[in-house]
Amino acid sequence: MRSKLNFFSDEKFRSIFFQTLVIGLFALGIFFIVQTTAYNLEKRNIATGWRFLTDPAGFDISFSPFIDFKSTDTHLDVYFVGVLNTLLVSVCGCIAATILGFLVGIIRLSSNWLLVRVAYIYVEFTRNVPLLLQIILWYSILIQLPRVKQSLEFLDIFFISNRGVYSPRPVFETGFSYVFIAIILALISSFLIRRWAKKRQDETGQQFPVLSSAFGLIIIAPLILFFIIGSPLSFDYPALKGFNFKGGMVIRPEFIAMFLALTIYTAAFISETVRSGILSVTKGQREASASLGLKKSWIMRLIIIPQALRVIVPPLTSQYLNLTKNSSLGIAVGYADLVHGFGGISLNQTGQAIECMVIVMATYLTISLIISLFMNIYNRSIQFKEK
Amino acid sequence: MNEITESRKPPVATTGILGWLRMNLFSNWINSLISLFVLYVLIQFIPWILNWTIFAADFKYNFNGEEIINRELCSRVLDPENGGACWAIIYVRFYQFMYGFYPRDEVWRVNLSYIMLAIAVVPLLFDKFPFRKHFLKFTYVFPVIAFFLLNGGLGLESVSTNKWGGLLVTLVLGCTGIALAFPLGIVLALGRRSNLPVISMMCTLFIEFIRGVPLITLLFFGMVMLPLFLPEGVNMDGLARVLVAVTLFQSAYMAEVIRGGLQAIPQGQYEAARSIGLSYWQMNMKVVLPQAIRISIPSIVNTSIGLFKDTTLVIIVGLLDLLGIGRGALADTTWLGLAYEVYFFVSLVFFIFTFAMSRYSLYLEKKLKTGINMGAD
Repeated sequence: MRSKLNFFSDEKFRSIFFQTLVIGLFALGIFFIVQTTAYNLEKRNIATGWRFLTDPAGFDISFSPFIDFKSTDTHLDVYFVGVLNTLLVSVCGCIAATILGFLVGIIRLSSNWLLVRVAYIYVEFTRNVPLLLQIILWYSILIQLPRVKQSLEFLDIFFISNRGVYSPRPVFETGFSYVFIAIILALISSFLIRRWAKKRQDETGQQFPVLSSAFGLIIIAPLILFFIIGSPLSFDYPALKGFNFKGGMVIRPEFIAMFLALTIYTAAFISETVRSGILSVTKGQREASASLGLKKSWIMRLIIIPQALRVIVPPLTSQYLNLTKNSSLGIAVGYADLVHGFGGISLNQTGQAIECMVIVMATYLTISLIISLFMNIYNRSIQFKEK
Repeated sequence: MNEITESRKPPVATTGILGWLRMNLFSNWINSLISLFVLYVLIQFIPWILNWTIFAADFKYNFNGEEIINRELCSRVLDPENGGACWAIIYVRFYQFMYGFYPRDEVWRVNLSYIMLAIAVVPLLFDKFPFRKHFLKFTYVFPVIAFFLLNGGLGLESVSTNKWGGLLVTLVLGCTGIALAFPLGIVLALGRRSNLPVISMMCTLFIEFIRGVPLITLLFFGMVMLPLFLPEGVNMDGLARVLVAVTLFQSAYMAEVIRGGLQAIPQGQYEAARSIGLSYWQMNMKVVLPQAIRISIPSIVNTSIGLFKDTTLVIIVGLLDLLGIGRGALADTTWLGLAYEVYFFVSLVFFIFTFAMSRYSLYLEKKLKTGINMGAD
């Protein structure tokens, strides 16, 4: 005998009922938001659509190392400049933070008491102070450097002033592409040599000097080719003309401040994951490899690091993601990244708030997804494979 | 023949201070070189920083004994060679750093809130606190009291949130963000692990979306887009809009941490709870969540530290938190160029809060470890 009420105690029915309810409420909420938004936009005379992307931007971007940006270029160009700037500072930051983080992490496990203390103080101070504050602090230090006229000189080719670091710019002449191709071929072949050498060692036990052969292929061979072709590379040197430098290459203080702050901040977190990763390798592994008579550097390289990496890589991934997302703070010092250039100035000029924010958010999501995809592939390749 | 040779003392260089030095600083020549180098740098640096921050610094009066009211009177402007930090800028602006532009007649309300915050939070943190149960009742009603106290109403003069600033805004954002994100995070974590595919997918999408974009874009979303979503007549002030963004942001991170705790609960706990006839909500509220939250508290504190630091981002959308007040002070022409003092002070305040929080999280981790081990034995 089932009464109508018992319907509700049927798990299947309940599950369908609640899910339909949630979908219904969600759709209703979306409907309301779309309606009010459409009304609000109409009242404020904001036309929706993507047409603004092809309008001329009408403002200049001070730092655009990859695209030659003029104020007559479109908002779409602003977007590309922003994405490239975001990627530039993120990639540079990730590489530098990894190196510094591994260094500090290993130092914190060293036997030198003083060095351990100094590393500890560095980690605690940088981790516990807001990143935004550190970015602003670095920037305020950099813009207090001497003016262009009194800029600090190094070897007469590097000039450091409050406008940034000026350095010679390499100019590639015809023929340099051969050298470039040679480098790429060398990279591929040394990779293949490494695989072959490893296989041979596994089978026969004979070793092959992989490192020195790779060095010869990647550096010496292209260098010889470079001189045979006739040095197809010259430098454009910066020179002081009037109030500013002409020629050369400039790295702006905004970029340097962002790079320094992101690197130093993230490296503190990375050092902690490296430290805990190395600590996670049990003492027995170290003792066993020492009793086999391995050298100290070999123990680290062949036994400890490969096992520690398994623990280190997942949190390292989230540190890379954090760094990339934190690069959006460039807006505080005027670094023309995605948020500052496109999500800030373009948004304010065109008033297309929704479109701009959607594009910015979608771009960050895509970057995040790509980073986690690659790191997941790498993570899988270093995980312990049971035979 | 059975003469006992007297035991010799260990070599001098292996015990006491000398032995310690040899072990920890001069174990081999590379270590010795590094130690000497670090020592040299520290000997150069520590006296300089101490001198700059304390001994040669001005607090209220400069070296002539004059009270400092602008940058020209700072010792380091008068005598750039010997003058240290000029803390007078902090002294003069201390009120702004603590309360923003809150009316001076009403500032007792903020002070009272600060004291009540301490009374509400401290018993929450330490479970051996005397009369903890009664204090926790106060913790629950504290947000309501604080809201009326700070905002006005119920006979108190209303103080608009655009007059709030400094530490007040930092603490309001941090505490409210954490307090609101906590229940939301629990709901999202349960939702993500739910058996109902629609609910699980929606929660997962929300969490991954929020975690994939930077906080600053969410703040922009709160500032520029939220007003467009709201029907006419509904106005949210800047602080409330930022709070919405901060809460959504924090709840996604909180959810992931709590999900980690939920995953650590053995399947037997769920099955046992179900087998004694508890419903889904009873099972979660009475059996699973209390254990899951207990083990995830250290991580919750760690994400809260992240949020507390991230509250500085609100200066980008125009709110004046501690850092915002600091930048405002620097923009004032009478105090131009004292950036290091201001940033040092703001860093110090943040450091005190976050360092205390991270120590607390470590303490909890240690306690939790012993607690679990005792249960297992």
